[in-house]
Amino acid sequence: MMRASREGSPIWAYVALAVVAGVLPLVVDSAYYLSVLILVGIYGLMAVGLSLLMGYAGQVSLGHAAFYGLGAYATAIGTVRYGLNPWLCILLGMLVTAAVAYVIGRPTLRLHGHYLAMATLGIGIIVQIFFREGGKFTGGFSGIAGIPRLHIGSLVFNTDMKFCYVVWPVVILGLIVASNIVSSRIGRALRAIHDSEVAARACGVDVSGLKLSVFVLSAVFASVSGSLYAHNITFISPDPFGFAFSIMLVVMVIVGGSGSVWGALSGAAILTVLNQALMRLGEVVPALSGLDVVFFGGILIVTVVFMPEGLAGRIRRWRTGRDVEEAAEEAV
Amino acid sequence: MALSEQIAQFLATGITEGCVYALVALGFTIIFNATGIVNFAQGEFVMVGALLAATLGNAGLPLGLVIVIGTLGGVAVAVLLERLAIRPLRNAPILVLIFVTIAGSLMLRGIANLIWGPNAIPMQSFSGDEPFRVLGAAVVPQALWIIGMSMATVIALVVFFRSTLIGKAMRAAASNRMAARLAGINISTMAMIGFGLSGGISGLAGVIFAPSKFAQYSMGTPLAIKGFCGAILGGMGSSIGAVIGGIILGILENLAAGLISSQYKDAITLIVMVLVLFVRPTGLLGKDDLKRGL
Repeated sequence: MMRASREGSPIWAYVALAVVAGVLPLVVDSAYYLSVLILVGIYGLMAVGLSLLMGYAGQVSLGHAAFYGLGAYATAIGTVRYGLNPWLCILLGMLVTAAVAYVIGRPTLRLHGHYLAMATLGIGIIVQIFFREGGKFTGGFSGIAGIPRLHIGSLVFNTDMKFCYVVWPVVILGLIVASNIVSSRIGRALRAIHDSEVAARACGVDVSGLKLSVFVLSAVFASVSGSLYAHNITFISPDPFGFAFSIMLVVMVIVGGSGSVWGALSGAAILTVLNQALMRLGEVVPALSGLDVVFFGGILIVTVVFMPEGLAGRIRRWRTGRDVEEAAEEAV
Repeated sequence: MALSEQIAQFLATGITEGCVYALVALGFTIIFNATGIVNFAQGEFVMVGALLAATLGNAGLPLGLVIVIGTLGGVAVAVLLERLAIRPLRNAPILVLIFVTIAGSLMLRGIANLIWGPNAIPMQSFSGDEPFRVLGAAVVPQALWIIGMSMATVIALVVFFRSTLIGKAMRAAASNRMAARLAGINISTMAMIGFGLSGGISGLAGVIFAPSKFAQYSMGTPLAIKGFCGAILGGMGSSIGAVIGGIILGILENLAAGLISSQYKDAITLIVMVLVLFVRPTGLLGKDDLKRGL
């Protein structure tokens, strides 16, 4: 599964995304849809990071919610407990998360297959338990409230519409970083690891070093997402940073196509919108309030069985298939 | 209470909970040996057993029937999962199989939520709640049910794997799938039997555990994680290791919770598992062959 795309993305793709993300908040006047748009950005950024690890390096992480949580808690503790500047706290969160991911990743990434999945699962839950039991420092079960909004000078990003203009530039920046890595020498080495670690090592690829770097990078993406989440909701508790969310994230990446950073973003968009729709449905028809979980299980199975490359892989194959036909016609 | 009495109490509770973990760990091991898959939906088999038992028990069905139906519920769900999701994908890479069992787990949990609702269902103990004293520890009769049924299951399994033809065939398939196939063993059937057996054991674990805790659609994941940890601690692939690992975990967890901090009870299990994975991934009794998981 998960054949990764090779080439970097064309400039027009970013410009198109920037235009869409720039215009949408202006034309959408429902607060609800704007909040969904923000969520898509936050989850999408994280999914892009995770797709580097899963699709390109071929490693699985069932504990990425922990890094998301570290970003959220770093910014919450920094701003609320110590009164630091929110932007500085996002940076601190990235540093802390990178350090934690490095320490965790070193022994963890030596493991393979099931063992890697279980170790990341275990570590993810351990981190959440520390959020929950951290007493005054993390606010325990009740979490931390009163997280300040982001601001530049006197411009405070205090509405969903304004916050879209914080989230989406960061998402596009993340996409550019990820795509550049993918199309660089490092990206080629990662794909070599994905195909065969032994062969990659034999060709002189620093397998463990690269795996660790990508793990740390994907954790930092998650950390930024977590910080943005905290500044958007202005309140955090340990609940969202658990195993269930780690799984949700993996589902997003797989459905979108883990071998493509754009696929990961689309996967996040599709699942976030579906999730919101099903939650709405659950509110209207209480008997169906558990339906979302069944649905995600179903989507995951259907994707894995019928289109293991995810949406992105399916579209790419369709496009290249057509290209071949056109080329054949021209030749005639 | 004197410290020795306290410790006796922690031991008693630890062994009881450890027996449940041991059964779940055993369920993992059987599927792992039969198919090479770590089944992330294992906890859901326990949940199905517990919910069936709680519903039927509260409806007044006789205890024997409740136990049988709860166990069979686990078998049915496990076999369905194998036939519908695992078998069509048996040649897929390990990551795909992990995702498939995760998907199975999500769906089972969601369906249980739709059927039984989100609330915990209490269940009466099998034979009263009057505790009696053993070496200073208060033990409820349900604990004896749990320990007794677990031991009986383990003994029955040992007999099954040692003395029956199917049991021997399953062991052969576990040790070398290709050679077993050459000897005329139907690997696919073994996988189905493995899932059924594993589902039954987990369903039974759910039935006997439901009265001392509760039955709820979301109860599977925490139990599955304990079972994982037990299986890893004992050594993935070793049945005896799984039982020992599960019981050690139960004891360790309760001692640590009682003597150090109850808040970190769940973290202790996971820290033990992660440390085992880092330091000695083959566990206490596992075969010295890490590639099995690949």
